[in-house]
Parts: sequence; C-alpha cells; structure tokens
Amino acid sequence: MAFLDINHVVRRFGGLVAVDNITVGIEQGEIFGLIGPNGSGKTTLFNCINNYYPPNSGEIIFKGIPITHKPTHDVCRLGIGRTFQVVKPLRRMTVLENVMTGAFLRTSNVTKATDKALEALDFCELIHRKDMLAKDLPIADKKRMEIARSLAGDPELILLDETAAGLNPREIERAMELVKKIRDKGITCFVVEHVMKFIMGISDRMMCINFGREIARGSPKEIASHPEVIKAYLGEEYAKGKQY
Amino acid sequence: MAKKNRFVPLILGGILVVAIPPFLGGYFQHVLILIMMWIIMATAWNLLGGYCGQVSFGHAVFFGLGAYGGGLLRLHWGLSPWWGMIVGPLLAVVIGIPIGLVTFRLRGAYFALAMLALGEAFRIVFTNWVPVTAGAVGIITSRTWGAEKLPYYYITLAIAALSIYVVYRLVHSKFGYYFVAIREDQDAAEGLGIPTTRYKLYALIPSAFFTGLAGAVYMNYFAYIEPHTVFNLSAVSIMMILAVMLGGAGTLWGPAFGAAIYTILSEALRAAIGPISYLVFPIIACLIIMFLPDGIIGDWEKIKRAFSRQKPVYVGGE
Amino acid sequence: MTLLGQTIITGILIGGIYAVIAIGMTLIMGVMKIINLVHGALMMVAMYICLVLFKSFGVHPYLGMIPAMVILFAIGYLLQKYFIERVSGVETILPESQVLLTLAMALAITEIVRLIFSSDYQSAYTPFSAKCFYLGDMSISAPYLLSFGLAMVLVAGLHLFLTKTDLGRSIRATSQDRDAAIYMGVDAKRITNFTFGLGTALAAAGGALLLPVFYLFPDVWHPYLAKCFIITILGGMGSTVGALSGGLVLGIAETFGATYWSPGYRDVVGFVIFIFVLLFLPGGLKRIIGR
Repeated sequence: MAFLDINHVVRRFGGLVAVDNITVGIEQGEIFGLIGPNGSGKTTLFNCINNYYPPNSGEIIFKGIPITHKPTHDVCRLGIGRTFQVVKPLRRMTVLENVMTGAFLRTSNVTKATDKALEALDFCELIHRKDMLAKDLPIADKKRMEIARSLAGDPELILLDETAAGLNPREIERAMELVKKIRDKGITCFVVEHVMKFIMGISDRMMCINFGREIARGSPKEIASHPEVIKAYLGEEYAKGKQY
Repeated sequence: MAKKNRFVPLILGGILVVAIPPFLGGYFQHVLILIMMWIIMATAWNLLGGYCGQVSFGHAVFFGLGAYGGGLLRLHWGLSPWWGMIVGPLLAVVIGIPIGLVTFRLRGAYFALAMLALGEAFRIVFTNWVPVTAGAVGIITSRTWGAEKLPYYYITLAIAALSIYVVYRLVHSKFGYYFVAIREDQDAAEGLGIPTTRYKLYALIPSAFFTGLAGAVYMNYFAYIEPHTVFNLSAVSIMMILAVMLGGAGTLWGPAFGAAIYTILSEALRAAIGPISYLVFPIIACLIIMFLPDGIIGDWEKIKRAFSRQKPVYVGGE
Repeated sequence: MTLLGQTIITGILIGGIYAVIAIGMTLIMGVMKIINLVHGALMMVAMYICLVLFKSFGVHPYLGMIPAMVILFAIGYLLQKYFIERVSGVETILPESQVLLTLAMALAITEIVRLIFSSDYQSAYTPFSAKCFYLGDMSISAPYLLSFGLAMVLVAGLHLFLTKTDLGRSIRATSQDRDAAIYMGVDAKRITNFTFGLGTALAAAGGALLLPVFYLFPDVWHPYLAKCFIITILGGMGSTVGALSGGLVLGIAETFGATYWSPGYRDVVGFVIFIFVLLFLPGGLKRIIGR
C-alpha cells in the first residue's frame, strides 16, 4: 500500500476519455513527477484526487483511507494540499490573509493562524509581500503564495500543478529549491509539469502519460530517453531517429 | 495613539445617537427608527452577500417571516406581538436553513434568482393561505406605547448596534476569513479544506436572524402587516441590496452608511417631489452600479481622485 | 374529461405565448451569459405602446405588435450598448452588478411608466377578447388561439433566421463560443447589441400577444419575468427549442395548477418546477432533448 494509491482511475467527459485507467502509487517522502503533452489528462487526474469531480471508475486511497468520493474539503482535511494550474489567489485579501485562510484548517484561533501563516510565508520567502493585495502580485509570487497557503494547513502530500509555467529561468530555479525544501520537511510532492528542466531536476520518480494513458514510468533519466515519451512529444519520425 | 483615535468617532457618534433623539420632534424620531431598521437589514444582508458573496435577491422572506412570527401569534392566540421579537427571527432561521441547503447548490446569479423566486413564492402563499395567515387583509395589532416613538427608537438602535457588533466579531474571526474565501474563489476555498456549504449556512443564520428581527420590530412599530408589504420584492429585497451597494458591500460600516443615506434621501425626496421619488431610487441605483459599484466607502479612493487634481498611480503587477 | 382536455389545450396555448417571451430571454442569455432582468419591464413597455395605439388610433394589438417590436428593438439595443455593456467585466465586490443593473433599470422603467399612466388597471378589450370556440364540450378562448398561432409564426420565423441567415448563424456562434466566433471574424460586440435588441423585440411581441386577454398595469411584468426565467432554466440556457418546450411545459403545469389546485397558486407552480429543475435537472430539458 503506497502513501497515495491511484487504482485504475478512469474519467470521461462525454465521449472523451481524459484519464484512461491510470494506476500508480506515490511513496511517502518522494517527489513524483507527472508529465505528458497538452491535454493528456494530468490536471484532470489531480482534479479527481481532490474530487472536484469524481472518477467514473477506479479508486483513490490515501494513507489507507479511500478518498474517491469524499468531498473536496474533506480530502484537504485529511492532508492533501493543492496548487492550481491557473493560479487561484483570493484576490481582495492580502497575502497574509490568504495564507491565514489556509492555516485556519488546523486552528480556530486568529493569533495562532497568523503565526502559522507568517511561518509559511517565511518558509516560502514571501514574507516581504505579506501586506500586499493578492491581486497585485506578479505571477511568480502568486504561485509561491498558493504554495504557502497550502503549507499553512500542514499537508502531508501536496499536489503541485504546473508550478513552473510562466516563470523565467531564475524563478524556475528558486521554485525548484522551494519544492526540494518542502520535500525535506517531510511533505510528499506530486508534481505535474511541462517545463522539463524543472521536473527532471527535482523528481525522484516520474511517469509520462498521453491521451489519458500511461506510456512510461521510471527515473527522470529513463523517461528522458524513453522512445514512447519522445514520440509523444516530438512525433514518431523524430523518435525513429530520422534526420530533419 | 492610533488605537485611541479609532474609538473617538465611535464614542462621539454613540453619544449623539443616544442623547439627541429625545429632543427631536415625532417625525424625526420616526425617520430615525426607519434608519435603524434599514441599518439592521442592510448589515444583515451584507454578511451573506457582501462578505460571503452569496447575493440574495429574496431576503424579504426573512423580513416577512420575522414580521409574521409575531403576527401569527397575535392572530391565532392573541399573544402580544412582542413575543414576535423572539419567534420571528427564530422562524426566519428555522426556515432559512433548509432554504439555504437547497439554494446554496447554486452559484452566482442562479442563487440570487432562486432567492428572488422564493421571496415571491412566500408572498403568494401568505396572500392565498387565508385560514393561516389572514391573506391580503393582513394582521392588525396595537401599539404598546401608543404614539410614543422614543422607546421603539432605542430598541431598534440597540438591535442595530448589536447587529453591527455581531458582524464585526464574525468578520474578524475564522468565520470572516472563510466567508471571504468563499466569495473570492469557492473552488480554491474547498481546496483549502473549507466546507463551503456549511460556512454559507453560518453566514445565512445571523443574516436571516437579524433580518427577521427587523421584521419583528416592523410588526411592533407599524402595528399592521400584510404580505404585499413585508414580502415585497422591490421595496424590501432589492432596496436592502441597493442600500448596501450605496454604502459599500463587504465593509463593516458601508451598509449602515448606505441605509442612513437611503432613508434620509427617500424621506426628503418624498416630501419634496412626491411620487416621483420612487423613480429617483432606481436611477440612483443605476448610476451607482455603473460608476461606483463598490459603494461610497468601497470606492472612496475613486471619489477622492475625482475631486482632486491628482493623476492616478498605477501599481505594477499583472 | 372535458375539463382535462380544456386544461391541456389552454395550457399549451398560453405556454406558446410564454415561449415567445422566454426565447427572447434565452437568446440574450446565450450570447451575453448574463441574466437579463429588464426583459419583463421592456415587455410591459411594449404593452403600453400597443395600448396607446389601440386607444388613440384603434389599432388592434395584433397589428400594434409590429411598431412595438421595432421600438423595443431600438430601446433594447441602446440600453445594452450604452448601459449594460459598461458594467460587464468590471471587477466589483458584489459579483452580480450586471444583473442588478438590469433589475434597477427595470424598476426605473416601471416607475417612469407609472408616472405617465398611473397604476390603474387598463385593458385593450374588444368583443373579440371574449370570443370562444367550442371543440365538443371544451371551450377555447379565441384570442388565446390566435395569439398562440402568431406566437408559433414568430418562433418559426426566428428559427429560420437563426439557421438560414448569416446574422443568425453569427448569433449562434457567439452564443456557443464567443472567442471562437471572434476568431472567425464575428464582431461579437455588435452581435451582442443586436441580440439584445432582438430578444427585447421578442418580449415586445409576447407582450402584445398577451394584451388582448390580460389587464395591464405597471407591475404586470413581475410574474412574467419569473416565468421567463423558469422557462429558460427549464429549457436550458441559450436553447430556443428548450425555451419552446419549457414554455409549453410551464403553461400546461400552471393551468393544471390553476384548475385543480387554486387559481391563486398558479404562479407558485412555476416556482416548484424551478426548484425541481435546479436540483435534479441541471442543464434543463435541453439535456434530455439533446439539442
């Protein structure tokens, strides 16, 4: 039994099968990377874990507890945090208030929540922005705030959805450091990403999917040279080594 | 030092509203009572609508239930309508909870309209269910203190102050953060572990309670209620929203401010230009929505800039 | 048995008229994605225009419908272009400012009409208004029948317009996917303004069809706005076929409610349907019909 067990999960939208029988186990304390071309079903899988919509079939088990049909807020309460592909700041609150909202998951006391929030902001190196309105932040900081907001709720597993999208190289490096710091704190990270440098640089194990189906699994090195992965991203001709 | 300054206007204002009214004439006391009633309703609506983002177009339901709580007691059992001050708001809450459980599944404008439809449905039911509610004829009671207005004023003032205080405490607690989170992004809120339906109910309960309480006060003060007035869409449900918008939704004093301005304007206009005043309000509402959508307090910066010669400074960011 | 048949038929007839008004609203909703609460008030304005034409020039509402539609098209177009468009996309604390604006406009328009015409009940009553046909033992109101016929002509005409003309197709495109339509060269803003005018004209037509049978007063639109909205939700947002079927369903259900329960509760029937649909049939009849 892995920390997070995804068993034969299928999710359809009308005629389109977005997630096609995915099975994978995430081990505690690792950074697990999920890649795949656009539209391959990565974010859909995340949304199933959180139960923004449930899988059509299959089950998801976290720490031995089935969470497949639990309401989203219960899934969070059990210890799964989440960031979003299109970042979702609580726009008219300050950064500190945003993170406090995350902290209130574990406490009802305003002072304690403030302390937890400040701690999380410090960890994410965002404390200098604490009184800024969330909507005025640049994109990199918005993403960082979203991570801090999740961390304030003491998650045991965090789902990071395209954290590096839209970041410049320097910001990507900082983001990689942050994710490693999170893992070192003992929090398992399930990362979905497009930016190869980011995900190859931090993942312990990886999986590649296309059209909702798994096409490769292994270490970053193995994935990078896997013919099916190359085919999915660059096309069959390239995979066969034909010259351009 | 700053903390001390913060309380001074509050204390001054408090002294004014308590000490001055006995010296005013009956008509002014009447207007003050109306202001206080609208402050209660606007503040109550603002908790659910402004802070929690659940815009209800049908809060007249709670007002009407609050009024009929006492009214029905009087009608069927001859009890004093003052019992309505307890029964009315409780009735509003007890019926409000299942209403919320059903309508909170809807988002945004659909929720607003479901509440609107509900308000109309209650109005129709109370008009037609004559054996229980006396229908369109309405219920008449007697005023406890006859023509004396002052006692009603102090009661309404106390309730208004209480309503603002309750909202203040809620907003500065975990509830407040959760309400605003739901307003800003319900999906993100769920992802942060907030049981959104439950917290929407937590906002609805005080909102329904105080609106119902205002209804109960109405019943006692005006001594006559009928469905068309207390369950009224434009005069009650919509006006509550406009008062809040005028002052500023999602702020603590905005609704009170808006309520006061609305009532004073309404009375002044009615005295000055008669029935045309009913036209003025919707037009003012349109202007506010188009130019000052966050209300006088919410858009204060905008107003200041309009009157000064400064160029607006644009903050860097997205 | 007679009563049952009469109820069903009357329900269908009135449902058809409701459908015309509701189709106007669903068109607007489909293209603008907002709920338009001034629809009912504008219908009422059209009714007063027809009334004036009737009382001053003897023009029967069925003919007066045409100038009324033209005038209301213009009013709708202007309201959308210069007022409603202003608040779309503006970020405010209260998210429903567009909806509220339409409601405030509705109230303003109602008060203006009240100042001009007073709250008195008026009617465009002609001998025709009381005429009945008899189908066996069932009595069917002649004006209902004629109104229904005209309503169906309008619906058919609209259907042709939406499917066979460029403008109609542009409207449907904007309704289905605004961005895609823009990329295809559709001027979405112009289409939105036009559609608002068109939808309002349809409301005007519906109002004119109702005038021979019902009393007119400034607040007359309240229940009709509610019915429109119920039908739109029932039929599925943006679906004209849905609005037609929704209108018929509501008409029949209401008439059953009025006949077998109580006339006073007629409007509550719609509300019950509304809640039922919102809870159990999200997406409306459109989902079942599949259009």
